[in-house]
Amino acid sequence: MHDALTSPARQRTTAAAPAGAIWPVALEDASFAAGDKTLIDRLSLQLTPGLRSIVMGPNGAGKSLLLRLVAGLLRPSAGRVTFAGQPLDETLRRRVAIVFQRPVLLRRSVAANLTHALKTYGVPRGQRAQRLDELLSLGQLESIADSPARVLSGGEQQRLSMVRALAAEPDLLLLDEPTASLDPQATAAIEALVSQAAAKGVKIVMVTHDRGQALRLADEVLFLHRGQLAERAPAETFFAQPQSAAAQAYLEGRLLL
Amino acid sequence: MQDFGAAFGQAFALILSGDADLMEIIALSLRVTILAVAMACAIGLPLGALLAVGRFPGRGAATVFVNALMGLPPVVVGLGVYLLLSSAGPLGVLQLLYTPTAMVIAQTILVTPIVAALTRQVVEDLHAEYDELLRSMGARRLGVIATLLWDARYSLLTTALAGLGRALAEVGAVIIVGGNINHVTRVMTTTIALETSKGNLSLALGLGIILVGLSILVNGLVMGLRGSAARLAYA
Ligand SMILES: Nc1ncnc2c1ncn2[C@@H]1O[C@H](COP(=O)(O)OP(=O)(O)O)[C@@H](O)[C@H]1O
Ligand SMILES: [Mg+2]
Repeated sequence: MHDALTSPARQRTTAAAPAGAIWPVALEDASFAAGDKTLIDRLSLQLTPGLRSIVMGPNGAGKSLLLRLVAGLLRPSAGRVTFAGQPLDETLRRRVAIVFQRPVLLRRSVAANLTHALKTYGVPRGQRAQRLDELLSLGQLESIADSPARVLSGGEQQRLSMVRALAAEPDLLLLDEPTASLDPQATAAIEALVSQAAAKGVKIVMVTHDRGQALRLADEVLFLHRGQLAERAPAETFFAQPQSAAAQAYLEGRLLL
Repeated sequence: MQDFGAAFGQAFALILSGDADLMEIIALSLRVTILAVAMACAIGLPLGALLAVGRFPGRGAATVFVNALMGLPPVVVGLGVYLLLSSAGPLGVLQLLYTPTAMVIAQTILVTPIVAALTRQVVEDLHAEYDELLRSMGARRLGVIATLLWDARYSLLTTALAGLGRALAEVGAVIIVGGNINHVTRVMTTTIALETSKGNLSLALGLGIILVGLSILVNGLVMGLRGSAARLAYA
């Protein structure tokens, strides 16, 4: 199709390094040290779109630090974190969204939290009202749109955090134990949002300790131990035949750190 | 010296009759104070926020400086503004000495450090909480400051009211730069000082009662704000 090949849209998708492309996201020998402790230890890792990646590992293994490094909230003390070969810059930043374990919500209503996010993400004023409605409906938050965000239940707060992250229309969504303190129903609602986002092509990287959740959501498991990537395997393989001694011990409940 | 009880009676009579002189003095007090607090907020809020989230050399020293300015003795501020505005001073040509404008300038200088220092504290605490979220959203510096100022709105209103309370009760600076001129620069505190020394206790007492009433009102507003902030879980 000659027309298709020369149309601007086609050119954009075939360009060698399209503006704002982030893939692959890579850690190259990245370390993070605090004091004399190496908390992330020369970790190399590539993330590409598609597979939903679940990060597992004992408490203190460095899972949250890994997500913060990828999100650009921490600078590696050695090595690099790159997006399509480049360090994270202002334009790429908005393609990476993160949901924290403990929701951080502004002292405003639910709707105002989302409007603030849309504004910060650079959504033009004229489109914000419609996007807001979509996000409220996505998070099933319509009935509490005008409530102060900080009086919501844990499940509602985390749903709000999720749709706020999705307001960025990110390519990569980082989730740090988003259901750690939620009941099964609230957990199911979050998992549904994660699955929906994944189905739309958002790359998911999610930390969880919940094996059931990992089995429901994971395509692959990244197993972290003492700041290193001890194992990376398809989910079924990981749970049926973990290769590393650390993962075996973790899955049998024997691994403390 | 008048009889004490009689002075009280006359004071209430003055207030209840809406005495013209009394009202003029109260109106000027409120005008000067509110204008000064508004100016102090216009300068102190952004300045405090900048000290809280800015990363520039000398930030620590600037913070110490602003905190130290909070304790400025009003008479010294009055003296400084007097020297600035007196006919021999650098701003003498403006002929502002002994005008309400001079009083606004002096009070602005007194209240701005209070607003700036309290704003810095409040915004810094909130920034610690919001920092990762706002950075992960790619918020720019101005957006961060706007977000923090808005989310600290209840605490900042309390701060402004604290400045209002201080300015209303202040006498040392405004008496020096205002001169306590009848119908021009007489405010509540300077009138109380003058009338008491003349032995005219009824007017002094009447103004004193109103001053205390305003102070209670301001404090009541502060408490009400705290209560509603807590109730709405904004705090
Ligand atoms: N900013 C920091 N400075 C120093 N130590 C940290 C910092 N953040 C985390 N740590 C430490 O690094 C280790 C890994 O932390 P984290 O990534 O939060 O573990 P987890 O895998 O449980 O999420 C922990 O021992 C933690 O105490
Ligand atoms: Mg963690």
